[in-house]
Amino acid sequence: MSDATITLEVTRYRPGHDREPHPQSFEVPFQKDWVVLDALNHIKDRIDGTLSYRWSCRMGVCGSCGMMVNGVPKLTCAAFLRDYRPGPIRVEPLANFPVIRDLVIALDDFMEKLRRVKPWIIRAEEKPVSEGEYRQTPAQLETYKQFSMCINCMLCYAACPVYGLAPAFVGPAAIALAYRYNLDSRDEGYRLREPVMSDAVGVWECTFVGECSVVCPKGVDPAAAIQRSKLAGATDWLLSMVMPWGGRR
Amino acid sequence: MSEPRVERPGLYYPKLPTTWWLRNTNYFLFMLRELSSVFIMVFLVLFLVELYRLSQGPKAYGAYLETLRAPGWIVFHVVALAFALYHSVTWFKLSGVVQVVRVGERQVPPSLVTAASFALWAVVSIVLLWFMVRG
Amino acid sequence: MPGEDGYQHDLLVIGGGGAGLRAAIAAAEESNRLSIAVLSKVYPMRSHTVSAEGGTAAVMRDDDSLDTHAKDTIFGSDFLADQDVVETFVREAPGEVIQLEHWGCPWSRDPDGRVSVRPFGGMTVNRTLYAADKTGFHMLHSLFQTSLKYEKIVRYDEWFATSLLIEDGTVCGVTALNLHDGRMRPIVAKAVIMCTGGAGRIFPFTTNAAIKTGDGMALAYRAGVPLKDMEFVQYHPTGLPGTGILITEAARGEGGHLKNKDGYRYLQDYGLGPPTDTPVHRKMELGPRDILSRCHIQEHQKGRTFDGPYGHYVHLDLRHLGEKLIDKNLPFVRELARNYVGIDPVHEPIPVRPVVHYMMGGISTDITGKTSLDGLYAAGEAACVSINGANRLGSNSLTELLVFGARAGRSAARHALERAAPRSNPLAQLASDERRRLDQRFLRVDGREKIADIREEMQKAMESGCGIYRDRATMEATCQTLAKLRERFAHISLADKDAVFNTELIAALELECTLEVAETVARSALAREESRGSHTRTDFPKRDDARFLKHSLAYRTPDGPRIEYLPVTITRWPPEERKY
Ligand SMILES: Cc1cc2nc3c(=O)[nH]c(=O)nc-3n(C[C@H](O)[C@H](O)[C@H](O)COP(=O)(O)OP(=O)(O)OC[C@H]3O[C@@H](n4cnc5c(N)ncnc54)[C@H](O)[C@@H]3O)c2cc1C
Ligand code: SF4
Ligand code: FES
Repeated sequence: MSDATITLEVTRYRPGHDREPHPQSFEVPFQKDWVVLDALNHIKDRIDGTLSYRWSCRMGVCGSCGMMVNGVPKLTCAAFLRDYRPGPIRVEPLANFPVIRDLVIALDDFMEKLRRVKPWIIRAEEKPVSEGEYRQTPAQLETYKQFSMCINCMLCYAACPVYGLAPAFVGPAAIALAYRYNLDSRDEGYRLREPVMSDAVGVWECTFVGECSVVCPKGVDPAAAIQRSKLAGATDWLLSMVMPWGGRR
Repeated sequence: MSEPRVERPGLYYPKLPTTWWLRNTNYFLFMLRELSSVFIMVFLVLFLVELYRLSQGPKAYGAYLETLRAPGWIVFHVVALAFALYHSVTWFKLSGVVQVVRVGERQVPPSLVTAASFALWAVVSIVLLWFMVRG
Repeated sequence: MPGEDGYQHDLLVIGGGGAGLRAAIAAAEESNRLSIAVLSKVYPMRSHTVSAEGGTAAVMRDDDSLDTHAKDTIFGSDFLADQDVVETFVREAPGEVIQLEHWGCPWSRDPDGRVSVRPFGGMTVNRTLYAADKTGFHMLHSLFQTSLKYEKIVRYDEWFATSLLIEDGTVCGVTALNLHDGRMRPIVAKAVIMCTGGAGRIFPFTTNAAIKTGDGMALAYRAGVPLKDMEFVQYHPTGLPGTGILITEAARGEGGHLKNKDGYRYLQDYGLGPPTDTPVHRKMELGPRDILSRCHIQEHQKGRTFDGPYGHYVHLDLRHLGEKLIDKNLPFVRELARNYVGIDPVHEPIPVRPVVHYMMGGISTDITGKTSLDGLYAAGEAACVSINGANRLGSNSLTELLVFGARAGRSAARHALERAAPRSNPLAQLASDERRRLDQRFLRVDGREKIADIREEMQKAMESGCGIYRDRATMEATCQTLAKLRERFAHISLADKDAVFNTELIAALELECTLEVAETVARSALAREESRGSHTRTDFPKRDDARFLKHSLAYRTPDGPRIEYLPVTITRWPPEERKY
C-alpha cells in the first residue's frame, strides 16, 4: 500500500436541496486492486455518508452498480482505478435515465418494458412436469444462450442516443430478451411478441448506432438482436404480402 | 415518433445535448454514416437529370456534362464517392452481425459472413467495371 | 407497485430472491383469488441468488436414487439434518428443477438434449444440474421473468421491511420504508413469508453480497420466533483473497486441483486420498466444504501455504483441464479470475482461501415453512427447516429455495384463503409508531458512533471468535464485544437526514440486524460444546451425540439470546461416524 491518492469527481443531486446535479470532488487512497465501487464505499464509510448509489454483488453479476465513468457506461465493480490513472475520474449517474438522487437512476420504465415483451416461455400446450424435461440439444441452446446473459444493468440504454432522444423506445436489453425467447426451441410465443417488437417504438426505432453492444459487459450484443429481429419482421411482412396464409411458424 | 413521457416531480430529467454525437467517436462515425445518405441522394438526383438530358439528345447531354466539369462539381463527386464507399464498407461490416448463416448445426462466425460479403462486393464491382470498360 | 386497494394483500412475500419468487409463483398457482405482493429491498433480479455459480442438486438419472441423495445430505450435515425433511426434499427436488426447465431456465445439456449433471462436493453421484457456471443467475432471471406473467403478483421494489406487524399474536403484515420517497407504510397481509436470505455480512471476508445482512432473521427473532442452528456457518474453501469472490466448487467438480506452495495436492495428507487424475466422488478436492476449509488452516499451520497481502492462500489449479473445457463449463471462473486477480486460469493457478459463504441456521420452520408465530412463514437461506444441519452440501441450497419456497408459498396461500382480512386501523397506528422509532433513533439525534466503525469491529470479533476453529475464551470475548457494540449502536450518528434514497439509514437498519444475528451465532456456538460439521471447537474436538444431537434454538431476551434445544428427527439413518 502506498500514500498515493486519486480524485473522484462524483455527481451529487439531492432533491429538495439541489435544483440540478453538480460535481463534488473526493480524494481517496489509490490502491491498485480497487475498483471505482471500492472508492465510492470508502467515501461513504469514511468521508461523506450522504452519498447514495446502488451496489450489491461486487462481482459483476447483479447489475446494480452501473454508472458513467469518464463519460462511458460501466459496471463500477468491474472498473479498476488503475485504468484511470492519474485521474481525476468522473463518476456520474447512467445517462438518459431520470435521476432519483446522486448516482441512483429510476428504473421503472425498463421494468415496465420488460414485462411488455413477455419474457417467459409461451406454449400452446404445456407439458406436465411429470413427463420430464423438454429435450434441447446443445446446439439449440447455443442459438439463444448469448441473449440470455443479460444482467439488466442498463449500460446499453445509457449508451443509446435513440433512447436518450425518444424514451419510449423499447430499447436494447428488452428487445434482446424478447429475441432470446423467440429463439428458444421450447417457445411458441413469437406471434405474441411481434406486435411489441414491430411497434413504432419497437425495433424500427433503432437506427443502428451499435454502441449498446460496445458497452455491454456481458457480451449480449443487443444490437445484433435488434437487427435480426428487424430482418425477421421484414421477412414476415414480405411473406404475408406474397402468401395469403402469412409467413413463418 | 413517440409521445413525450410524463415527468415525475423530484426526479431530475437529463436532456441529451444537441452535440451528443461529438462525445464519442462511435457516435461521430454513426452521424457520418447518416450524413453520407445526403450526398448519395444528391448524386442520384444528378444522375437522374443526366438520364433525362440524355433522352433530350446529344447536345443537351453534352451541355450538361460540361456543367459537371466545373471544379465545384468535381469536388462534390469525389466527396460523394468517399461517402458512398464509407457507407458501403460499414454496411457490409454489419452484414455478419445481422445475418445468421448456419451450416448444418453450426453458426458461421460473423467475421466470415462479413468477409464473404466483401468478396461478393468486389466480384460484382469487377464484373461491372469489366462491362463498362469493354462497352 | 401497490394495487388499487392500497397496501392490502392476501399474501406478502418479503424478498425477491430464488425462494421469494418461487413462493410467490406457487401461491399464484395455488389460487387465482389471492392478491400476492413481493416486497424487496433491491429489484428482484439483483437478489443474491444471482451470484450462485455451481449448480442445483436433484436426482435425475438411473444411476442415482432418492435414498443416496438423502444419505449424502444427512451424512454431510453430520446427522443434524431432520431426516423426514430431507426425504421430502429429495423427493420433490426433481420435479422442481424440471418445472424450472419448463419455465425457460437454460440448463446445460447433453448431446441427446437431456439436462446435464456434474459432480459436486460431498455427493456420491453426478446429480448437480447447472447452467454453465452461472446457475443462480439463470435460475433467478428465469423465475423473475416467469413471475412477470402473473398479473396477480404485484411488487414493491426497493422497499425495506423494518418490522413485523403483529396483532393478538398473529402476523398481519410488515412496516416498510419506500426508498424512493422515504415514507414508512404498513403493508397489510393475511400471511407473510420471509425469504430474505442469509447473513454472511456479519463476517469481514465473505462471498456474500452487500445485501446479505440477515434482516428477515432479525425481524422474526424480534417478534419472538427462535433462530435455529445459528452456530453453523459454512466456509467455502475457495474464495479469491481480498475480495472474497467465490470460485465455484464446480471448478473442482470439473477436475481442478488444490495445491500447497510446494505444488503438492495436500488433501491426501488428511485422509481424503488417494489422489487420482480424474475426480472421484467425495474424495480429495470433492470432499465436503467444512473438511476442506479445516485442511487449509492446518496446512497453513504447517507453513505450507503461500503468503500474500490478504493473508495465506493455496493454489487452485485448472490448467490441465484445457482452455476448451474451461470456456465451456467454467467461463465465469475465467472471467472473475482475470478481472479480479489478473490471472488467466488457462495458464496459471488461481490463488484461493476459505471464505464465509453460507448460514446453515435461520428462522426455525416446520416442513411446510410455518414458524411458531401464526401467519409467519419462511423459506430459503433465511429459514432453517432443516436439511443442512451442521454442514450444507454444495448445490443443495438452490434446490432448497425451490422445494421449500414452493411449499411455503402453498401453505401460506392456504392459510390466507382461510383467514379474514386484518383490520388496518390499529396497524396504521403501529406503522406510525415504527416511523417515530426510526426518526428518534436515527434521524433526529446527533450521536457519536459511525456505522462503519461498529460494523468493522463486529466483523473482526466474529472472525476471531466464530471462525473455522473456535474455543471458549475467544468466543466469550466475542460475545462481550458484541454486547458492547450493541450499546454503542444506541449512539449511532447519521450524516444523511434526507427522505429520498437514504442509503445510510438503510445501512444503519441493516447493521442493527447484523448485530442481533451475530449475537445468536456467537451464543449458540459458545453453548455447543462439541465439534460437528462446520462447528469445530479446539476445546471439544469430538462430536457428542449424547449431549448435542439436537438443534439449538436462540430466543431473544433483553440481555441477549437464550439458547434452548430441540431434538433432531431421525428416520432411517442412525448417526455414525462421518468419514470420507
Ligand atoms: C457466491 C455464491 C455462490 C453460491 N453458489 C451456490 C451453488 O452453486 N449452489 C447452491 O445450491 N447454492 C449456492 N449458493 C447459496 C445460494 O445461492 C443462496 O443460499 C441462495 O441463493 C439464497 O436465496 P434466497 O432466496 O434465500 O435469498 P436471496 O437471493 O439472498 O434473496 C434475499 C431477498 O430478500 C430481500 N430482502 C432482504 N432483506 C430485506 C428487507 N429488510 N426488506 C425487504 N427485502 C429484503 C432482498 O432484497 C432479496 O430480494 C451460493 C451462494 C453464494 C454467496
Ligand atoms: S444487454 Fe448488456 S448492457 Fe444491456 S442491460 Fe443487458 S447486460 Fe446490460
Ligand atoms: S455490484 Fe453487482 S454488478 Fe456491480
